[in-house]
Amino acid sequence: MFEERKRIIFLFFIVIAAIFIAKLLYLQVFDDTYTKAADNNAIRKIIQVPFRGEVYDRNKKLIVYNTPIYDLYVIPRKVILKDTSRFCQLFGITKGFFDTTMRQAKAYSRVKPYLFLKHLSKEDFARAQDAMVDFPGFSFQTNAFRTYQYKALSNALGYVAEINPEALLEQNSEYYNQGDFVGVSGLEYFYEESLRGQRGIKYRMVNSNGIEKGDFKSGKLDIQPIAGDNLYTSIDIQMQQYADSLMQHKVGSVVAIEPATGEILAMVSAPSYDPSLLAGRNFSKYYQTLALDPMKPLLNRPPSAYYRPGSTFKLIQALVGLQLGALTPNSVFTHAGSPVKCHVHNTSHNDLHNAIQWSCNPYFYHAFRKILYDQTQGNTYQRSAQGLQRWSELVANFGIGRKLGVDLSNEKKGNLPNVEYYNKIYKGENTWKFSNIYSLSIGEGELVVSPLKMANVAAIIANRGWYIPPHIVRGVGESRIIDPFYQTKIPVGIDAKHFGVVIQGMKDAVQHGTVGSDGRIPDIEMCGKTGTSQNQKGKDHSIFIAFAPKENPKIAIAVFVENAGFGGFAAAPIASLIIEKYLKGRVDRKDVETKFLNMSYMSNVMSVVGSKSSKIKTDSTKK
Amino acid sequence: MKDNQQIVSRLDWISVALYLLFIFVGWSNIYSAVYDPEAPLGIFDPSFYETNAGKQLIWIATSMILITLIFALDFRFFESFATAIYGLLILSLILVPFLGVTINGSHSWFKFGGTTIQPAEFAKTATALLLAKYINNIQVNLTQWKDQKNVAFIIALPMLLIIASNETGSALVFGSFLILLYREGLQAEFPVLFISTVTLFVLALILPPLHILIILLVLAVILIAFLPIYSRRAYQTYLKIALAIGLIMSIVLVVDFFVNNVLKEHQRNRIKVLLDPNFDKRGLGYQVTQSKIAIGSGGLWGKGFLQGTQTKFDFVPEQSTDFIFCTIGEEHGLVGVTVVILLFMGFLWRLMFLADQQRTRFARAYGYGVVGIIFFHFLVNVGMTIGLMPIMGIPLPFFSYGGSSLWSFTILLFIFLKLDAHRSDTLSR
Repeated sequence: MFEERKRIIFLFFIVIAAIFIAKLLYLQVFDDTYTKAADNNAIRKIIQVPFRGEVYDRNKKLIVYNTPIYDLYVIPRKVILKDTSRFCQLFGITKGFFDTTMRQAKAYSRVKPYLFLKHLSKEDFARAQDAMVDFPGFSFQTNAFRTYQYKALSNALGYVAEINPEALLEQNSEYYNQGDFVGVSGLEYFYEESLRGQRGIKYRMVNSNGIEKGDFKSGKLDIQPIAGDNLYTSIDIQMQQYADSLMQHKVGSVVAIEPATGEILAMVSAPSYDPSLLAGRNFSKYYQTLALDPMKPLLNRPPSAYYRPGSTFKLIQALVGLQLGALTPNSVFTHAGSPVKCHVHNTSHNDLHNAIQWSCNPYFYHAFRKILYDQTQGNTYQRSAQGLQRWSELVANFGIGRKLGVDLSNEKKGNLPNVEYYNKIYKGENTWKFSNIYSLSIGEGELVVSPLKMANVAAIIANRGWYIPPHIVRGVGESRIIDPFYQTKIPVGIDAKHFGVVIQGMKDAVQHGTVGSDGRIPDIEMCGKTGTSQNQKGKDHSIFIAFAPKENPKIAIAVFVENAGFGGFAAAPIASLIIEKYLKGRVDRKDVETKFLNMSYMSNVMSVVGSKSSKIKTDSTKK
Repeated sequence: MKDNQQIVSRLDWISVALYLLFIFVGWSNIYSAVYDPEAPLGIFDPSFYETNAGKQLIWIATSMILITLIFALDFRFFESFATAIYGLLILSLILVPFLGVTINGSHSWFKFGGTTIQPAEFAKTATALLLAKYINNIQVNLTQWKDQKNVAFIIALPMLLIIASNETGSALVFGSFLILLYREGLQAEFPVLFISTVTLFVLALILPPLHILIILLVLAVILIAFLPIYSRRAYQTYLKIALAIGLIMSIVLVVDFFVNNVLKEHQRNRIKVLLDPNFDKRGLGYQVTQSKIAIGSGGLWGKGFLQGTQTKFDFVPEQSTDFIFCTIGEEHGLVGVTVVILLFMGFLWRLMFLADQQRTRFARAYGYGVVGIIFFHFLVNVGMTIGLMPIMGIPLPFFSYGGSSLWSFTILLFIFLKLDAHRSDTLSR
């Protein structure tokens, strides 16, 4: 009876089973949202941030390191506190604070860790550590602040801060999370990937109440943290501090480079700030103050500030003229017919050496015209364009108008006007000629440089025709890795034979030329060139670039002092003191030292820092 | 002794093997669900027997004793005493509200010392026995109203008592006797009507009545267009269609009214959770959502034994009882659950095969009762863990943790296997 019905019944079973398997196929294989949801549910990723790399100076003196700080966490459910007053005494808190915080912790969660006390020092930690066995439920978590041995080099070192939301969105990889610390400026920024090390990741399983239940897959997927690589810099911290002290009460920069290696020995940006202000719990408070300061202490002037090179540019002008054959050491020009004025000096035999020694403006006015017009054809407009073209190609080799590639954030290109530049300014080809652009001859007009570039120019002359890109870090990590870029000699396309007369002129400029007696070191042959940089607001900036000794130079330097007037006044003596300190290890000219340690130009300083030179041509040139 | 040897040789070892396999797989998944990686317990550890896995081991051992007891009884006992057993269970269902204790909001448990027993679990077996006994009468014809009425009474009595003790899920299991009755001659219209009503019920919940009416009218127009010309001209055709639509719509409206005005809030929400997977994810939908996450994260091959994170760390409530299928899904993946489903199908096929071999109508009808009950549990339990059925407190036979459930399924199955072992002792009709 009803035999066939068993088939119908079983068919029904099979249909149901097939529906179930189809649904399971979809759930388990085709839809991966459940896998992700499961990981979100049960696996907690704990990021272990390693110590950031330390920073050392060229003599292995520690400049930047990390101080561990300790945060105390509490899990209310695990707390068994027999002696509350002893606990409060240990951490120096009141009973009231204890009760309030405990109440907050309980309100947050009875089973999850709650931040009980923030930023305990090493000393607090050491004192409490042994006693912690009596206080179950409380545990420490380590963190670290950047700590600075010296109040120097702040701008070059840069600082570390919580990553901002924009940077968080822009990052290519998913490395950083909200609240992570990241190098924001200077070396901290440039070497971020080396300094930060490698983060550890620990996968812990949690149950539905958020309580940890052991390592996920016995820790097989965990990644151990690796401490960041140390930076071994070429900075001489002693000289850096000395240079810092000389730049007190002044606005400006000092950059010192070892010519043979391109290593930066000192880099001062004045005024600066105490680096420890931006490390630690009060970051936002001090950052506000510093960022709003009209003196712009956060600006790293050596690679970023804009100045006209002034007369220091005459060195490049001379070398370019010699290389192009427009000048010879014996070329003579008089003051006659020059719109740019000169101060009184011996012009009886005004050759190139004399012109450099006395920084003769008319000489370079005539020289620049010769550079432009020599061996060119057509009318004066066409000849100017042809001449400027080859001139700008050679000048660019000195790093003018482009980045040198220093290992710092925010290096600025500056400006080197070329043919296209003037075509744009004067709206069309052959609309401008020498008479429109002669300010360039003495380093004014549209030329814009940074102190770093001019220090590098001094290094190029010291090396007689080449440089290694300036850099602060000589080696990263224990294996002292360095980018080959910072070991490559870059020739500037000027033959070595042309440097003799220029260097001789620089030497005599110091010995008995534009540099005053304060800028002379009795027993060191220093070769230098003063400059006076015009600017829109206020008094001229005082510039001096130099290297020493004359033979086999050990140091090349650029000193910029804002609104301090003539280059021989302020910049040259400061440079001479730094060079003396570096080469001799001491300064014998105590009177000069005292004078410039106390000298202040702040009354002259207006808010001129960082303001670009105007594109409008300034004809009132002098010196 | 000779008798015993005969029993052993006549016992259907395929069913027994599948039974033992299910119990073992079930237990290992319960073990995995309660396994704590930070404090693994060995089976010789006394505190192990405080966990579900340890207790289930005791339930399994006692089940073996129950099997022995069943086999010690005369096979004719179950038919002869079917009425008495049924009566006893009905009595205990009546008494449980007064003498029982409350577990998980359900006032349906007896407590004997340390163990609790839920009579509702055993009522299924008793009802199956009495139904089989009733049908065994040669004069019973399930197409006749008189017999249908009696059968309905036998099923409805325990069902209503169980609903009274707030165990709607367990009560619905009695619907599975439709399979038994259908096999024994009940007209196909009954199960068809049952299934269509359920379908209509679901449709009525998903769609507003107006939409259903529009769909029906469209279907009616299409139907008329395909009818032969002579019937299109007869007004009776339109009358019939209008009546059908009217009947369906009244059912829809009744369902609508029923759901919104008769069902209690929690019952209504359980249905809403089923229809809308995103309904109240943190509250009522939590269990289904977590269950699907656990199963879904298993992938093709699963995470491996003891490697499931969802089931182990209590994300899925009722882990080792009603939601044991999640553990299988998470740790053994699609492959594991497919094997389990196919084994269930094979098991049901084997039981149906055995049932059809029986010489007495009693044994055959009881066999189909067993098949129906097991299938219904499988349908609802697996269905609810993957979000195809509303959540009802119904265990997965042989797999789920729980003494009452394991004992009752063991008794249910082994009474049939006992009958089957003696099928050559009875005369065929």
